[in-house]
Amino acid sequence: MSTYITKRILYMIIILFAASFLIFCLYALTPGDFITGNIKLTPERKAELREIYGLNKPVIERYWTWMKNAFHGDFGYSLAQQKPVLTLFNQYIWNSFLLAIISTFLTWFIAVVVGVFVAYKQYSWIDTFVMLFLFAAMSIPSFFIGLFLIKILAVDWKWLPPGGMLTTGSNATGLAYVKEVIHHMTLPVIVMTLLGVGSLTRYFRSNMIDVIKQDYIRTARAKGLKERKVLFTHALRNALLPAITLVGFELPALFGGSLIIEKIFNWPGIGQLYMQSFTLRDYPLLMGFTMFIAILTVIGTLLSDILYRVADPRVRL
Amino acid sequence: MSTIHAEEAGAAKAVPVRTAPHASMWRQSLRRLLKNKLAMLGFAVVAFMFAACFIGPLFSPYTDNKINMAVMNNAPSLKHWLGTDALGRDVLARVLLAGRISLTVGLASMVLSVFVGTLLGVIAGYYRGVVDQLVMRLADLLLTIPSLPLLFIFGALLSEWKVPTDYRMYIVMLMLSIVGWPGLARMVRGQMLSLREREYMQATVVLGLRDRRKLFNHLLPNLVPLIIVIATFNIGGAILSESVLSYFGLGVMAPTPTWGNMIDAANNMIDFQDHPWLWIPPGFSIFATVIAINIFGDGLRDVLDPKQKR
Repeated sequence: MSTYITKRILYMIIILFAASFLIFCLYALTPGDFITGNIKLTPERKAELREIYGLNKPVIERYWTWMKNAFHGDFGYSLAQQKPVLTLFNQYIWNSFLLAIISTFLTWFIAVVVGVFVAYKQYSWIDTFVMLFLFAAMSIPSFFIGLFLIKILAVDWKWLPPGGMLTTGSNATGLAYVKEVIHHMTLPVIVMTLLGVGSLTRYFRSNMIDVIKQDYIRTARAKGLKERKVLFTHALRNALLPAITLVGFELPALFGGSLIIEKIFNWPGIGQLYMQSFTLRDYPLLMGFTMFIAILTVIGTLLSDILYRVADPRVRL
Repeated sequence: MSTIHAEEAGAAKAVPVRTAPHASMWRQSLRRLLKNKLAMLGFAVVAFMFAACFIGPLFSPYTDNKINMAVMNNAPSLKHWLGTDALGRDVLARVLLAGRISLTVGLASMVLSVFVGTLLGVIAGYYRGVVDQLVMRLADLLLTIPSLPLLFIFGALLSEWKVPTDYRMYIVMLMLSIVGWPGLARMVRGQMLSLREREYMQATVVLGLRDRRKLFNHLLPNLVPLIIVIATFNIGGAILSESVLSYFGLGVMAPTPTWGNMIDAANNMIDFQDHPWLWIPPGFSIFATVIAINIFGDGLRDVLDPKQKR
């Protein structure tokens, strides 16, 4: 097991190196940088700035500098915001996390409850109905459902604010602040939950259906246990166990924010920060973000594989 | 299996042994698929969308994209079922024409990524060793980089390089298949690794069959059901990805309409609030097409690949 993990971590590092080089080249390849796009600067000033930021050096050299600094915990300096990338991340990431953790919690909760219920009622009309709804949830274009709900709930009916985290110009504190944030995050949380709930509920449903067919469930019923106890004590536990492998895959989503949802709802998270920087070609930030997600993805996959073994000791890693 | 009638089983025996079980498996699957009402409904909707987009515009008097200032931003009416846009163009005709592009991009990028993914997956799983390492490490690398930022960079590159808008559509297909193939290759490889250890593959070794025959006559036919199912879901995914890219102005761009870039109208505050017929119909078209494809794909999976059910 420990040799396996060592090997995996080594491989992870190599893959991340390769990924960082690829990401760097792609961003460096994109013509037009932050300075070219700024029409206020004179050509001389532009050249001067390029010199300062090292943009006139060959790609390999720039990559080398970037990597060297990254190892010292310095992911560069945002050109547009004039702040270190890590400081900016720290500033925005918790807003993304807030959105993600609540919608992930809701998604899992709904998926488990509905999944168990529907598995129990397999092939009934309510099962078909729920499955149709889940298919719908899996097929919605995320940006469109966001726009659609803003139009209906925020613009037409004025139930909820259309976007942002606080009302413009608000300086609420304490409980009023919390209330305002909750009010603003309702719509994005609804959309994110809706988008995630489809596949996860189907996953729990099919797990549960497999478990219900097992002999020990028949035994539990034969012992004369109440159906509720059979379902929630004997079956659910075994149906939930394989799902812990999914926890790892949630990692990038939890901290990486959502590019589309945050952009649509103007939520001040890390995804929104990325989208802003993208138009400005603020490449240290873009690279930092992409690398950050790549690291989370790799760690998440490793975590999943390890948890897979924890869930099922028969699996040899 | 109880659906096979006695006389059919008898008929199957009479036919030469090599073709009979093969033909009857597909026929059985088709029969079970036809019985699945939900899946057939999905298929009907997909077929309708294709027919409407490819044949529908032929019956519309407004397909010439002519600018008509007399009917700017009209709400839906009998004359223009889905209203008109800021240039007086009929929205319904534009939605249908956009559908041609969106559906084509979805289909074509599916074909490309399924082709590349299957080919590389099969080669990696069959030959193993160095080839396997090479292909799978490349797939791992591509899977590590988040796909949306990757697609955004590609899209920005296209804009900077001033790729003509007519060509962008083809490059978007390529882009989508670049991010689409690794997952597929990994799945096909996994399947290959399990298939090549089966008894019937050992039999082919004993018989001294050549690699090509083993691959094309014995392994591929057993992969086809899985590939068909993945390919179906893949079309839906590609349509969604294309719409996201085009909505953010990084995919297919105006004047070529696609469902995604038509929703771009929602970025304009006035159109968003007061002219919802500009951006809601394309959104619903994406939704209807993708949900129908997914339902049909699920029915297909029940029939072709029951073990893969998740």
